[in-house]
Amino acid sequence: MIRENVLNAGILLAFAAVPLWALWADEPFTITLATRAAILALAAVGLNIALGIGGLVSLGHAAFFGLGGYAMGILAHHAQTYAPLEIGPLTIAGTKSMPVIWITALVASALVAWVIGKLSLRTTGVYFIMITLAFGQMLYYFAISWSAYGGEDGLSIYVRNGFPGLNTLVPIQFFGLTFAVLLAALVLFAALRSSPFGLALNAARQAPARVAAVGLDPARLKLVAFVISGAVTGLAGALYADLNRFVSPTMFSWQLSGELIVLIVIGGVGRLMGPVVGAALFVALEHWLGGLTEYWLIALGGILLGLVLFARGGVIGLLTGKAGPHV
Amino acid sequence: MSDAVLETRGLSKAFGALKATDEVSLDLRPGEIHALIGPNGAGKSTLIAQVSGALRPDRGSVRLEGRDVTARSVEARARAGLARTFQISALAMEDSVFENAALGALGASGRPWRFLRPVARDAALRDRAMAALERVGLQDAADTPVSALSHGQRRQLEVAVALTLQPRAFVMDEPMAGLGADGSRRMTGFLDGLRDEAPILLVEHDMDAVFALADRVSVLVSGRVIATGTVAEIRRDPAVQAAYLGDSA
Repeated sequence: MIRENVLNAGILLAFAAVPLWALWADEPFTITLATRAAILALAAVGLNIALGIGGLVSLGHAAFFGLGGYAMGILAHHAQTYAPLEIGPLTIAGTKSMPVIWITALVASALVAWVIGKLSLRTTGVYFIMITLAFGQMLYYFAISWSAYGGEDGLSIYVRNGFPGLNTLVPIQFFGLTFAVLLAALVLFAALRSSPFGLALNAARQAPARVAAVGLDPARLKLVAFVISGAVTGLAGALYADLNRFVSPTMFSWQLSGELIVLIVIGGVGRLMGPVVGAALFVALEHWLGGLTEYWLIALGGILLGLVLFARGGVIGLLTGKAGPHV
Repeated sequence: MSDAVLETRGLSKAFGALKATDEVSLDLRPGEIHALIGPNGAGKSTLIAQVSGALRPDRGSVRLEGRDVTARSVEARARAGLARTFQISALAMEDSVFENAALGALGASGRPWRFLRPVARDAALRDRAMAALERVGLQDAADTPVSALSHGQRRQLEVAVALTLQPRAFVMDEPMAGLGADGSRRMTGFLDGLRDEAPILLVEHDMDAVFALADRVSVLVSGRVIATGTVAEIRRDPAVQAAYLGDSA
């Protein structure tokens, strides 16, 4: 069995090596695929904070992914039409600056996550899953009917937004940027998990009565985890929209929420690299098997079934010989 | 009893027609072990739930060091100095022994909103957790996951987590439950010394332990306290003999 630290380093090296190889081999589409995998991994790292440490099975994380996407879409749309955004007395100019868009995505997702979390965390188990799903669907239908920003057709952004010092139109540079954000999120996840907050949250998943008995409020711990989790997934949404230069209500769809959970389960729930492995496998299968047959999801389902039945710790658990946490 | 550390006055709780707690007034004085005994279904667990804050009484009050905490949550009572242990161990089973003790130390510190620095590098937290583990003799098992502990060790860890809180009063729900004769004797010896730190409200089925430890005993039958007194007084009490001790004598 492989030590988890060694395995994690290997996974990151392999992840970075693929687009570098593609650059050398002049296969720009592979770089785009790797970027897509890195962004999905980032979204799932966000969900893994709530799901893996806090045990919160959110089937509504597409809400944050979509919010991040629309934060980018709306700001860039106003920038490219030269029409400022007017909210009541406020007049906000659009922007093509990624750092500004990212901060907007983080703040918007965190605020909405606080509201959704506050209401959803009164429930547990299946009810929590259903209420988060309902909030996600509410935003989905809102986006469909929001004609100012394309409604069902979504918004196209003609030129990718910029980042100081980089040319984001060059695929390998944009990959480098997303990979750096993914690394930062992984560092955050690792730090959270071993911090006092992580200790309390991890215990709140397993024994909430104990956490209360030592004077800590399990519901508040979970709410804060949900807010951080939603913010990270929202940031991923902004990057995803920039990758496609397109935002549409499908970013809010519950299928996407489900896919994020699937990515984590494939890689390993609560494992640092679980979302990375899950997203890489997902994108690889989607590309290669999807090229052979449109029924490629059957193969994905088979892999998922096998892992759930025979390897509770996902791929990471299989390779390290350690079962993951129970949610 | 104004010097009581923990006190209930006229506590009542009904579930439909069933009076689970009926006008219970108890007090826990400094330095004492006050045992609460009673046959199965007497309402001990319901009473403990009201004392610890998990259940809101219909009437009556709970006071901790003279302050009315009846409306306060479990968390607030824990922060005010009430440490409880659970009848069925409520520990984070996937976590290590150390992590469970550190959780108690974290609760006592009241500072869980620290997101970046590892617990392992927080010397104050670590020392407090390890000190509690050493007192119950679990220091060598610090890195063992709780799921791998024996039943007796889990009971010890329950007590260790309560110790990390350095509470004003302990409420212990059957700390001897499921311990062998040996483990029970050791736990009895340990609790004997603990009363000087903080008084213990002890719910226990093990009568040898109760008679060895208790300064006072209260007998709960059908939600009512039918007698409170020293071990000798309780043994002599005819009502207690009829209601409770009688069927084992």
